[in-house]
Amino acid sequence: MRKFREAIIEKTILLNGFACILFVVLIFVFLAKDGLTLFRTIAIQDFLFGQIWSPLAEPPQFGILPLFLGSLFVTVGATVISVPLGMACAIFIGEIAPRWMREVLKAGVELLAAIPSIVIGFIGMTMLGPVVKSLFHLPTGLTAVTGSIALAFMAIPTMVSIMEDAITSVPRTYKEGSLALGATHWQTIYRVIIPAASSGIVAAIMLGIGRVIGETMAVMMLTGNASVMPKTILAPVRTMTATIAAEMGETVRGSEHYFALFAIGLVLFGITFLINFLADMARHRKKK
Amino acid sequence: MKTDRLLKVMVVAFSLFCVGVLPVQAKEKMIQIKGSDTIVNLSQAWAEAFMTENPQVSLAVTGGGSGTGIAALINGTTDIANASRKIKKKELDDAQKSGYYPEEFKVAIDALAVIVNPANPVKELTIDQLSGIFTGKITNWNEVGGKNEKILVLSRERNSGTHVYFLENVLRKGNEKGPEQFAPAVLMLPSSEAIINETSTSESAIGYDGLGYVTPKVKTIAVAAKNGDPFIQPSKETATNRTYPIWRFLYMYTGFKPRGEIKAFIDFALSKKGQKIVEEMGFVPLGEK
Repeated sequence: MRKFREAIIEKTILLNGFACILFVVLIFVFLAKDGLTLFRTIAIQDFLFGQIWSPLAEPPQFGILPLFLGSLFVTVGATVISVPLGMACAIFIGEIAPRWMREVLKAGVELLAAIPSIVIGFIGMTMLGPVVKSLFHLPTGLTAVTGSIALAFMAIPTMVSIMEDAITSVPRTYKEGSLALGATHWQTIYRVIIPAASSGIVAAIMLGIGRVIGETMAVMMLTGNASVMPKTILAPVRTMTATIAAEMGETVRGSEHYFALFAIGLVLFGITFLINFLADMARHRKKK
Repeated sequence: MKTDRLLKVMVVAFSLFCVGVLPVQAKEKMIQIKGSDTIVNLSQAWAEAFMTENPQVSLAVTGGGSGTGIAALINGTTDIANASRKIKKKELDDAQKSGYYPEEFKVAIDALAVIVNPANPVKELTIDQLSGIFTGKITNWNEVGGKNEKILVLSRERNSGTHVYFLENVLRKGNEKGPEQFAPAVLMLPSSEAIINETSTSESAIGYDGLGYVTPKVKTIAVAAKNGDPFIQPSKETATNRTYPIWRFLYMYTGFKPRGEIKAFIDFALSKKGQKIVEEMGFVPLGEK
């Protein structure tokens, strides 16, 4: 009887494990079904490399290159800002701060992760936008760089907590060995601890990027959403996520435009899948 | 044993949740309204007033865009679809394929104001000039009698019925399938408030918004339908007597000829009381014409 019960519980848990994968597969199939329909009427190279996104024109043009570059500009900007900040923060928390301060800081960083993205977007629109506008003498404060700054703050918590885990899990002996050889604390950090934790740090950066590229609400409120080919990060851009969010509501179901939005979703899915895959690779590289 | 207890608590909580959900499902009359974000506040106001008079009926109003509303109507997940544009041919065909025969009701009028920063000296523009500005043919304010400054063009997002209306009736000057497009450099902002906010902080900005959203922080532009026509400031009066050129109907669609509570609600919206609410919400009542 007991064995029977055990078996049922085991199978239930197994089923749950598979359910997660099943959902991912179903989502992918659903996306692919509608997304790929687009390519019956639109050539795939026109979709991926077309420079004009103009879905309401006659005939409509579905070139996602400006949207892809928009996402890229915002993501690269956010990464450039968040990686040094996040790394410095993680090193301080993991290595330098005294224990009581470490707890306070960790709680603070995790609180940052709990701020809803629409709140960040709202603060960015009313506070950050005008600052960017007057700082760079721009006609508008809604630019790629505004989005990058706001998103950097959304990526930092993810990065810090994973990086900090990686740093604290470096074996004590490494640190002690280094100090015993006469290295200073700083030398130990950047010559021994960071290289030893590098796989975790790379994984943290990747996951942070994944968070940024998939973010929608704050980006839509902050980047101005003009679908031009972006030339500088000080110009308005339109990201892929914002395009889907902004246009899905008004499309006629089953139209080319509708399928095009699903195709963008497919591209996004591919990108985040790749990023997570790279992060996983980085994380497991050292464990072998 | 601790997990066992936790499990029991979860089971009890879940069954309570189910029991709690059931009565709501079974409640008397539930009307779903879904669609245009332009009308969502207006519908909410109607719904609240209607529910105080008819407590046995409950109405749920959600936004999401005109397309979302009509799609929901076709899928049978809403009773009334709000739309700030007319239903498209393809949507009508889809509805009939699913066994619905949408009925159209004009419920209010919305005038769109073209707005600029108060510091901008430009006071009046023709539809031709507006079309030029929004399609990117005119890029400097000095081409339309303003300062030598690049124009920052703002628009609502493509999910907005307002966007589609402006595209078809201002950019394309009424020719729905015309070749004109919003220039790629036009900023697409997600809300009416964002347009007001951006226009009030940027001296070179031009945008458009429903008359109800306009605040004293921005300046409205007088518009002429054709070259040589008089320039008309947008207001309730000029929209009601249809002299101001940029106005549109707001619609409600039902899946079938409305009956019972749904009919009562639409009748309420069209009644004197309902049209009074239209005015209070910053839109223009249907009036006599």
